[in-house]
Amino acid sequence: MIVAEPKPLAEVSELIGEARKILVVGCGGCVTVCLAGGEKETGILAASLRMLRKKEGKTLETLEVTLTRQCDPEYVQLLDKYVTEDVEGIVSLACGVGVQFLAERFNKWVVPALNTKFAGGAVEHGVWEERCGLCGECILHQTGGICPIIRCSKSLLNGPCGGSQGGKCEVNPDLPCAWQLIYDRLKALGKLDLLLEIRPPKDWSKARDGGPRKVVREDVRM
Amino acid sequence: MAEFEPKIIAFCCYYCAYSAADLAGSMRLQYPANVRLVELPCTGKVDVRVLLGAFEEGADGVYVAGCLEGDCHFLKGNIRARKRVEYTKKLLDEIGVGGERLEMYNLSSSMGPRFAEIAREFTERIKGLGPSPLNRGYSPTKEEKAGEQR
Repeated sequence: MIVAEPKPLAEVSELIGEARKILVVGCGGCVTVCLAGGEKETGILAASLRMLRKKEGKTLETLEVTLTRQCDPEYVQLLDKYVTEDVEGIVSLACGVGVQFLAERFNKWVVPALNTKFAGGAVEHGVWEERCGLCGECILHQTGGICPIIRCSKSLLNGPCGGSQGGKCEVNPDLPCAWQLIYDRLKALGKLDLLLEIRPPKDWSKARDGGPRKVVREDVRM
Repeated sequence: MAEFEPKIIAFCCYYCAYSAADLAGSMRLQYPANVRLVELPCTGKVDVRVLLGAFEEGADGVYVAGCLEGDCHFLKGNIRARKRVEYTKKLLDEIGVGGERLEMYNLSSSMGPRFAEIAREFTERIKGLGPSPLNRGYSPTKEEKAGEQR
């Protein structure tokens, strides 16, 4: 999932400026799972903004809606009835994708309430870790299911660097060296010979280096 | 000027604080009438939204009273409540209401005197802090409160 975390309240408050009525939109997708932008967090943010405004002796009207997903026009269009003339701004608690989808559909001031961090997962309750670098061409079958692109601090593809000491990365003593993990894993699987294969350089044009990407499935287009 | 009478909401666990309040009553112990109790099946039921809601609706102070640590009827409800209270305190600081207006207490059902003591202690704290910044425009005085009860 996409993992995000809330922006500081003061920052969101500044972003909405003097708006008197705002629409606060949560997302039922990834950010609900990572406890950053679901229905509950939407309620907390709206209440906090109202209280901040009340403290200044002013009022703020908030409408709260949580969509199934904000990264899908099918759900975003459900907001049409809430985006009335008097709504002066929209606060999105989705990842950067959701914010852009709202901004594309509505001719309103749309602001993000979250900082989108990475593609990752929950390793325990309340702890999320990055796991995928979204490089566009998966190589996990070559590395025992451990991604060197995102888990190696240098994204090395040909083994550890000199900063790998005692199985740890020089960047942080708590961070395991991805290549140590890969070696240990392949050894346990009896597949160390995978590391001896000669491979061409990775085609980074399939990653962000090739500009914004697009996936098209002709069979499902309307 | 009339003395400030804060409005305090106490979220009390059924198994301890709420029973302790009952005991305090049976023992004829006096505690400030500023405290209004809300019974919960467990303090694990408290949520950031509920705590914020109390402040938004006009509370000057809020406390959560749960079982002694290790004695929760549902094992960890009071530990979870404490974490949520700590989180909400930070949020209240960010909002500018002040995290010191929210507190978590632990007691057992046999601690009637302690219940009354907590109520007095917290009421004094909030009186010292004055009305919540959200209620600066209006706070009921003793006379008004007496009128309300009539």
